[in-house]
Amino acid sequence: MPTTQENWNPGKLEDRHPEVSYEEKERLFLEVKNDPRYEDFLYGCFECGICVSACPSARFYDYSPRVIAQAMAREDIVRVYDIISEDIWNCAQCFSCVRCPRQNNPGGLVTLLREVAVNNGLQETKDVLQGYSRVIYKVMLKGNQVSPDMLQPDFFPDWGPWVGQFSANMPVWRKAIPVDTLRGVTDAAWKTDRKTLLELYTIWFETGNMDIIKEIDEGLYDLLADVMQEELEEG
Amino acid sequence: MTTTVEEILERKSHAVTRDPEQAPTHDIREALFELEAKGEIVVQRVPENHIEVKTKYGRTKKIPVEHTWHHKSCGQCGHIPGYTSSIFWLHRQFGLDYIDPTDQTSCTGWNYYASATSNAVAQAAVMIRNFAAAHETGYFPMIHCGTSYGHYKEIREQLVHHKELRDEVRRVLDKMGKPLVIPEELVHYSEWIHAMRNRFAEKQTVDMSMITATVHPACHYYKIVAEDAIYDPDIYGGQRTATVTGTLQSLGINVADYSTWFDCCGFGFRHVLVERDFTRSFSTLRKIEVMKNEVNPDVTVTHDTGCVTTLDKSQFSAKAHDRKVGIPVLSDAQMAALAMGAHPFRVVQFHWHSTDWRPFLDKLGINWQKYWDEFQGDLELIRSGQKSGITWEDADAPVVYG
Repeated sequence: MPTTQENWNPGKLEDRHPEVSYEEKERLFLEVKNDPRYEDFLYGCFECGICVSACPSARFYDYSPRVIAQAMAREDIVRVYDIISEDIWNCAQCFSCVRCPRQNNPGGLVTLLREVAVNNGLQETKDVLQGYSRVIYKVMLKGNQVSPDMLQPDFFPDWGPWVGQFSANMPVWRKAIPVDTLRGVTDAAWKTDRKTLLELYTIWFETGNMDIIKEIDEGLYDLLADVMQEELEEG
Repeated sequence: MTTTVEEILERKSHAVTRDPEQAPTHDIREALFELEAKGEIVVQRVPENHIEVKTKYGRTKKIPVEHTWHHKSCGQCGHIPGYTSSIFWLHRQFGLDYIDPTDQTSCTGWNYYASATSNAVAQAAVMIRNFAAAHETGYFPMIHCGTSYGHYKEIREQLVHHKELRDEVRRVLDKMGKPLVIPEELVHYSEWIHAMRNRFAEKQTVDMSMITATVHPACHYYKIVAEDAIYDPDIYGGQRTATVTGTLQSLGINVADYSTWFDCCGFGFRHVLVERDFTRSFSTLRKIEVMKNEVNPDVTVTHDTGCVTTLDKSQFSAKAHDRKVGIPVLSDAQMAALAMGAHPFRVVQFHWHSTDWRPFLDKLGINWQKYWDEFQGDLELIRSGQKSGITWEDADAPVVYG
C-alpha cells in the first residue's frame, strides 16, 4: 500500500490499551499539556537521540526519553497513553536528558506525566506505588524521606550483612553521633520541632496534596489524615 | 558554515573561560531583585563574609563562609550521618558561626521524583517554608543535599516565571505568617567545601598524595539548572563542574578520569527503594566496575546523598556475582575532614559505610583498629548509661596520627 497522509504512521505501535476510550486518553494528555510548566519542558524534537544516549534507564529498560518528547510534541494521544500507563516509572529522574540541544526536559515531562497518572489514580500507577506506601507515610508525617529505623534486613537484604549489624546496634550507634539534631533519633533523620511539622501538615492539606494521596491509596490517606488532623486540632 | 570535527576537538583542547555577557540564559538573581522591587518577594542577601566563585557561564556566585543555616539532608542524616557530622566538624575547626536547625523539613523532593505524589504548589511551599524559617533566624541557607539543591533551583525558576504559582504559595505561607523568601543564591554545601578548599589544605595533617580517587559529579547538582554549578578553567579545562575534583586536588589527591563520568549513579529515587535491580546493575556495571577497570582507584568521592548510598551499598550484591567491585565511597566533606584529622568513627562514621574501607585507611597509614577500639569504648559507656552519647566535646579535637 502506498504511503499517504492518511496512513502514514511512523513507528506507531498498535493501540495497547483499546479498553480505554480515545476521549479519556485525550483528557489525560490535555491535563499534562495544560500544566503551566509544560511549555518550559518541551520545545519540539530534533530526533537526534542525545537524550537517549545519556539516559541510564534506556540502557536497562525498553524506555526512551526521545519517544516521550516526540509523542508529546506530535500530540500522539494513543502513544502518550502507553507512556503514561507504562513507561514513566522507568525514568530515574536524574535529568541527564536535559543536555538536549533543543532545550527539552524529558525528565520534567515525565514528572508531569507521573503527576497526572497519580492524580487520576491509574491502576498501573497504583500497582507501581504499592510497595512504596510506607515511604510516603514517612515523608508526609515526619518531613523526612528516610530514617534510620527503615534500615532493616528484610527491606535491604541486598545491602549485605551490614544492615543486620546496623539494625542490631541502631539505638547505640545513633547516640554516638556528635550532631545535636541527630543524636539518638531513630524514627526520623533529625529532630524536628512540632510546630514545623504542623506547618508541613498545613501545606499538605492546603495544596491539595492530601487529595492526591486519597486518589492513589485511600487506606494510606485515612491513616495520615487521622494523625495530621488530630495534631492540627491540638495545635 | 560547516564546523569540522577537528575544529571542535581543537576548541575543546583549550581551557574555557566564558563571558557572562554571552550566557545563553538569563541571570535569575536579576529577576529575583526585580520581583523584590515590586514587593512580591523578599530576597535574603548573602552574608558579608563570603567567597566569590565562577559558575558555568562565567557569572560570579557568592558562597557564604559562615552565618549559615544548615538545610540538612534526610538521606545523609538518616543513613550516612558521618556525611553531616563532617560538614559541621569542618565549620567548627575554623570557629565558623552556623545553625543546625530543628525548624526544618526535608525538601521532600526525593519523594516527588520517586512517586509524584505531590504537586508544584506543595513542593514550592515546602521550599519557601524552610527558607522563611532560615530568614527568621537571620542565617543564610546552606543546602546539604544535591537533590534539594537541584529541586530548589528548579522551583526558583518556576516561581520567577509563573505568577499564579507565586500567588498560590503566598496564600499558603500567609496561613503560617511567613513571607515568600528566596535567597539571593542557592548554595550547595560542596560549593562551600570548594570555596574553602585551600584553607582546608592549610590545616591538612594527613598526607593523601598516595591516594588515587575517582569523582562522581552528582546529577542534580550540575544537570538541573546547569548554569548555577561551579566551573573553573583550571579544572577539566572549565568543561565539567569543578566541585569535588578541585577539593581533592587541593588535598594533594590524584584524581583519575574514567569514561562514564557523566552517567548517573543509578539511584533512581523510586528504584533505590523498591526496584533495586536497576540501581544495583547501573551503579556497579556503569560506574564502579568501569572505574575499577580503567583506573582502579583507592576511593571514589561524590557530593550527594543518593550517590554515596547507591555507589556504596550496591557493591555487596555485585561482589556476590563476582563482579569487579570493591571501591569505598565517601563524600568530599568526609575526605576533607579525614585529611584534617577528624576521628574516623566519632566524626567520619565509617561504620555506616558497607564497602570495605579498611584498605583505604591502611593506605593512608591510619591504624583504624586503634580508633575503632576507642569508639567501641564510647559505645560501651553509652550502653552502660555512663554516657548519654557522643558530643562535639568528644569529637572536635583532631586526631594526631602517630
